[in-house]
Amino acid sequence: MSDQHRTGRTAAPHRAGFSDVRTVIGLLVGFYGVVLVVMGIVAESAEDRAKTGDVNANLWAGLAMLVFGILFVLWAWLRPVIVDPDETEPPPDNPPPVGGAG
Amino acid sequence: MEEALRIDASFIDYVLVAVYFAVVLLIGLAARRRISDSLDFFLAGRSLPAWITGLAFISANLGAVEIIGMSANGAQYGMPTMHYYWIGAVPAMLFLGVVMMPFYYGSRVRSVPEFMLRRFGPGAHLVNALSFAVAQVLIAGINLFLLASVVNTLLGWPLWVALVLAAAIVLSYITLGGLSAAIYNEVLQFFVIVAALLPLTLIGLHRVGGVDGLIDKVTNAQGGGAEQLSSWPGNELAGFSNSFLSVLGIVFGLGFVLSFGYWTTNFVEVQRAMATHSMSAARSTPIIGSFPKMFIPFVVVIPGMIAGVLVAETASLKAGGDGGGTTYNQAILLLIRDTLPNGLLGVALAGLLAAFMAGMAANVSAFNTVFSYDLWQRYVVKDRPDAYYLTVGRLATVGATILAIGTAFIASGYENLMNYLQTLFGFFNAPLFATFILGMFWKRMTATAGWVGLVAGTAAAVTVWGLNEGGVYNLPGQGAAFVAAGAAFVVDVVVSVLVSRATAAKPATELRGLVYSETPKEQRTDPAASRLPWYRSPVKLAGISLVLVVALNVVFR
Repeated sequence: MSDQHRTGRTAAPHRAGFSDVRTVIGLLVGFYGVVLVVMGIVAESAEDRAKTGDVNANLWAGLAMLVFGILFVLWAWLRPVIVDPDETEPPPDNPPPVGGAG
Repeated sequence: MEEALRIDASFIDYVLVAVYFAVVLLIGLAARRRISDSLDFFLAGRSLPAWITGLAFISANLGAVEIIGMSANGAQYGMPTMHYYWIGAVPAMLFLGVVMMPFYYGSRVRSVPEFMLRRFGPGAHLVNALSFAVAQVLIAGINLFLLASVVNTLLGWPLWVALVLAAAIVLSYITLGGLSAAIYNEVLQFFVIVAALLPLTLIGLHRVGGVDGLIDKVTNAQGGGAEQLSSWPGNELAGFSNSFLSVLGIVFGLGFVLSFGYWTTNFVEVQRAMATHSMSAARSTPIIGSFPKMFIPFVVVIPGMIAGVLVAETASLKAGGDGGGTTYNQAILLLIRDTLPNGLLGVALAGLLAAFMAGMAANVSAFNTVFSYDLWQRYVVKDRPDAYYLTVGRLATVGATILAIGTAFIASGYENLMNYLQTLFGFFNAPLFATFILGMFWKRMTATAGWVGLVAGTAAAVTVWGLNEGGVYNLPGQGAAFVAAGAAFVVDVVVSVLVSRATAAKPATELRGLVYSETPKEQRTDPAASRLPWYRSPVKLAGISLVLVVALNVVFR
């Protein structure tokens, strides 16, 4: 782990992976979707039905979020952001690690 | 009474909230600990499609104030609230992208106080930095108050306990490095908020019998009426009984002075666009942001209107009753209580808490930057090592949070927070915009005119507001804020011109890159711009956005 960031500036181009915001959005919204679908199936009560006007809101909103999440993860996976460390200028508040290829 | 306000969150709702904050904290920790990966974060930010930067741009603004304030406005005034988007935001965002961004980007000024310092020298810089710091503490108080009112509604704790708790949470959130990946979190937050508000709107509409049911109920509601269904002329919102004055107030006060002042000079907003890699991308950022911006009111203002007819407390408030101790600011929370089942409730709470915390964290950290570098280092204690100013910054963060608890009590006194917020914008943003635009396009404007204009403009806004408060005349809606902003703008321009006539201008060589006519064309344009396809060309996109927003204004007139 620590070797990797020492050689950070000369590493080969790679996928942004978890630091691609689309992956994180997809996973979080998708997770919410799964929880809501489960809630909609197992924990639906008459009280909920009264609140939503007789719609299984958790189930439908959950399905929509799940689809959205899957689409975002797929999008990030099919069209990845390629990170080329050589082109990266460190932002001013994050100087390159000492001992890097300077 | 306390009991009636409670939202019954279950274990699963708290889990959904906790998961959101765990993700945000992990992002912050990852960005801080693993430096090579943090480069990925920023690079991913830079190379992401421009629509993501555009989302971050509006997400920085889609905070507590917007969600609570605009839904409160929707509940109280109805459709005229749409002006805050279609008149009060989109045109200014397009103006920023088309006219001002080339100039900002080309001149390499990174913040508003920095522009003031270079264009007008220390006088205007000091005034601007001070008023900015005060405004941030006041606005942080609004965010803190809203955060506390959610905690209060959730747990039923007294407001002051909730305030202190919320302040402590925000402090630890800032200290834990949640801000090092700010843009990243903002984009994430945007999707969670939409995931919460869209189902809320649909369920709410379903409950009132669809769009027709809503129209019917708002028309017949006590305190409602047909004028709440059309955005123009918005007499109730502006507080003018005369329709012509009302339209004038909305177009000039809100549409021109307040909104242009906010969107074109706000340091947090403009910086989002500055972080992109090319002039075209910087110009596109606010323009792309304008597309989602014009549709956000459908999931913010409409739920407010639904709450006004569906939620018992809000409906009683609208009919002139006491609303069971609630205010319009609670409209959307009460709608959430009444319509969302456990599960969706958790998503909604996560979205709201995230927005409130991020908003206050942004205010507090903007305050601490300006306080420690623009004020303390430049004017009070100079030439100390960096570590010293870092400590000052930390103390300023704690100080700002404590002050915000105080200003939160001011905010709690307003039944509709938008009235308060627009008043603040009138004091601070309207004169700033006048000085900014004049300084950018008129090379004769002098350094003295810079600060004198700002002070005179703010004084004019405070006077107009004071006369209204003192009962010399009475504008009940947001009209007082519109008039105050208009007065600030006019007084600032007049005073600046008069003072400029009497004092010596800066030599033209010092204005290069700061004044339009003194900046060479190549410094303001992007050489690659002509090769971009239409969907990446800022001016063409702005044209499409303008057509859409005019269409929305016509359809919902």
